[in-house]
Amino acid sequence: MTNKVWVYLDQFKGEATPSTWEVLTAAKQLTKELGGGITALVLGCEIGEIVQQAFEFGADEAVVCDDASLKDFRLEPYSAVFTKVVGEAKPEIVLAIAGTRTRDLFSYASVDLQTGVIVDATELAIKDGAVVVTRPVYAGKLLCNELCPKARPQLITVRVRAFAPPQAEAGKSGIVTKVSPVLSEDSLSTKVLDYVVEEGQVSLDGAAIVVAGGRGVNGPEGFEPIRQLAKVLGGAVGASRAAVDAGWIPYPHQVGQTGKVVSPDLYIACGISGAVQHQAGMRTSKLIIAINKDKDAPIFNLAKYGVVGDLFEVVPALTEEFKRRLGK
Amino acid sequence: MNIVACIKQVPDTAAKLQVVDSHVTWGDSPLIVNPWDEYAYEEALLLKEKFGGKAIALSMGSETAIEALKTCLAVGCDEAYLISDPALTGSDASATAYTLASAIKKLGDVDLVLMGRQAVDGDTGLTAAMLGRHLGWTVLTQVIKVAEIDPTAKTIKVERFMEEGRQVCSAKLPVVVSVIKGINEPRYPSFMGIRKASKMTIPQWGIADLGIEACKVGKAGAFVVWPEIYPMPVKETKVELIEGASPQDIAAKLADKLIAEKVL
Ligand SMILES: Cc1cc2nc3c(=O)[nH]c(=O)nc-3n(C[C@H](O)[C@H](O)[C@H](O)COP(=O)(O)OP(=O)(O)OC[C@H]3O[C@@H](n4cnc5c(N)ncnc54)[C@H](O)[C@@H]3O)c2cc1C
Ligand SMILES: Nc1ncnc2c1ncn2[C@@H]1O[C@H](COP(=O)(O)O)[C@@H](O)[C@H]1O
Repeated sequence: MTNKVWVYLDQFKGEATPSTWEVLTAAKQLTKELGGGITALVLGCEIGEIVQQAFEFGADEAVVCDDASLKDFRLEPYSAVFTKVVGEAKPEIVLAIAGTRTRDLFSYASVDLQTGVIVDATELAIKDGAVVVTRPVYAGKLLCNELCPKARPQLITVRVRAFAPPQAEAGKSGIVTKVSPVLSEDSLSTKVLDYVVEEGQVSLDGAAIVVAGGRGVNGPEGFEPIRQLAKVLGGAVGASRAAVDAGWIPYPHQVGQTGKVVSPDLYIACGISGAVQHQAGMRTSKLIIAINKDKDAPIFNLAKYGVVGDLFEVVPALTEEFKRRLGK
Repeated sequence: MNIVACIKQVPDTAAKLQVVDSHVTWGDSPLIVNPWDEYAYEEALLLKEKFGGKAIALSMGSETAIEALKTCLAVGCDEAYLISDPALTGSDASATAYTLASAIKKLGDVDLVLMGRQAVDGDTGLTAAMLGRHLGWTVLTQVIKVAEIDPTAKTIKVERFMEEGRQVCSAKLPVVVSVIKGINEPRYPSFMGIRKASKMTIPQWGIADLGIEACKVGKAGAFVVWPEIYPMPVKETKVELIEGASPQDIAAKLADKLIAEKVL
């Protein structure tokens, strides 16, 4: 537990969230300069498999609290264990993948730990022993270099897909330290009653391919060709706010400043003009393709490839083409 | 049931930003209520209309933030307070949460604090949980529906929008809640509302009024510093337009490109 670099592994129902392992890539980058190994902190219920995977993905030791009170993520019990363990071990840095749970946990715990939190890192560097975090601000229009110079640990979340997933080394193991929960169930006011999960759709979070539709799809049924293309490519469906506000597709699909921020390898914008608020959610995509009737639409300024044309002709043609090429 | 909505004033989301020596300016673009915070004040108004009590808007910022608070009064908030002090300049989320917590303690009888999901300038979304911890209250972030409040039993049931879907959970009041789009449709100020707001006074508190030491806030108290801000480097991509005799032809050419790019 004397490692300088720790990773907190985000999990849901006993499974690591898909992008969580990316933090080990970020952590390895830091240990190269700071020395020492990597400690993984795993909190939850029935999380043995995550601990084993953590070693295979590069952790050297694991601190584990496996308890029924940690079944669902709730701030009070998670933060109580987190602050106790991290407060005693005093690492230099704790990294986690960016997300709702990790942002809440780090900010809540930071009050007890008397330190700062930096979220959504896209790059990390070390300067005079402190981590310099690069992160987008002002809806991704600007970049900011932030650091936490005088307090430890530095609590940092890294953006999904900002770091590559690490290679697994099968069978690798490490030292496990078990810790007990701090709060008992009857002292907790928050109760998780239910989960309503949208079934059968690729989630936008961490998606490698996103096909998105905007006002140009012209109605709820206009999302059908978008969905078909997404399905053939194994991607998720995104939408502009105009399409969401019109009620054509539910809010979880909205990309942009007041929606989700995605960073896929491929983003296909269909019938989306590319307003700055939409760009805020997709600007960092590796390859952007725009399909739009209007050759002057701002989305073409972001796109590498563009088609000036009717999405109702181009999108189905693309679906057919990929069906053939990908052998589906 | 008294409800506080925390409101931040930010530059318009469509503003053309300029950065000189890591200092951000936005020309003559207007300053607005942080878009997410509109959902917070709207929910405060809806809940007050249902359960009675006061809806109180609270902002920390420079004197310009009075305009944002006037908007809150114009849509129907009963009171508005500005926390403004030169010593607060350079506050990070930790210092902001600490200051807001001190103000909420001074207000006293409050059961619910509503916040936006995040402020669109710093884009952090940290303040709600930090504020909750300072107050010793339960924190429920990313709330898309307040399903139930029982003012006598002092309980709340909400739906939270998580990566995996909607989480339904309950907690005991008082709580800090951060809200997202979809929870309501924020109302616009009416002409009468604006007139009424212009006659109301907005008390201003400095850190001394809140019993805060200068070393705990502002540049001195912030844990996180941001010495460098700069424009996002522009990607040197000039769009290559794909043309063809038919949609099929275009699709085939585009597929070639995508396969060559190795994104599939
Ligand atoms: C505070 C704030 C927050 C916001 N947050 C978001 C956000 O999170 N996400 C977001 O997306 N927006 C957001 N917006 C809204 C944003 O400003 C734009 O209004 C919105 O993105 C426009 O959506 P759109 O591109 O689908 O529609 P439009 O701008 O109307 O564009 C439709 C496009 O479709 C094209 N088109 C029409 N028919 C066809 C066809 N048959 N084939 C091909 N092309 C066609 C048109 O040429 C046009 O370019 C926000 C705005 C504000 C003020
Ligand atoms: N200076 C401030 N004054 C009032 N409320 C604030 C302030 N800063 C942040 N908030 C509240 O905290 C939320 C999250 O902000 P942030 O953590 O800065 O992204 C905002 O949506 C506001 O509700």
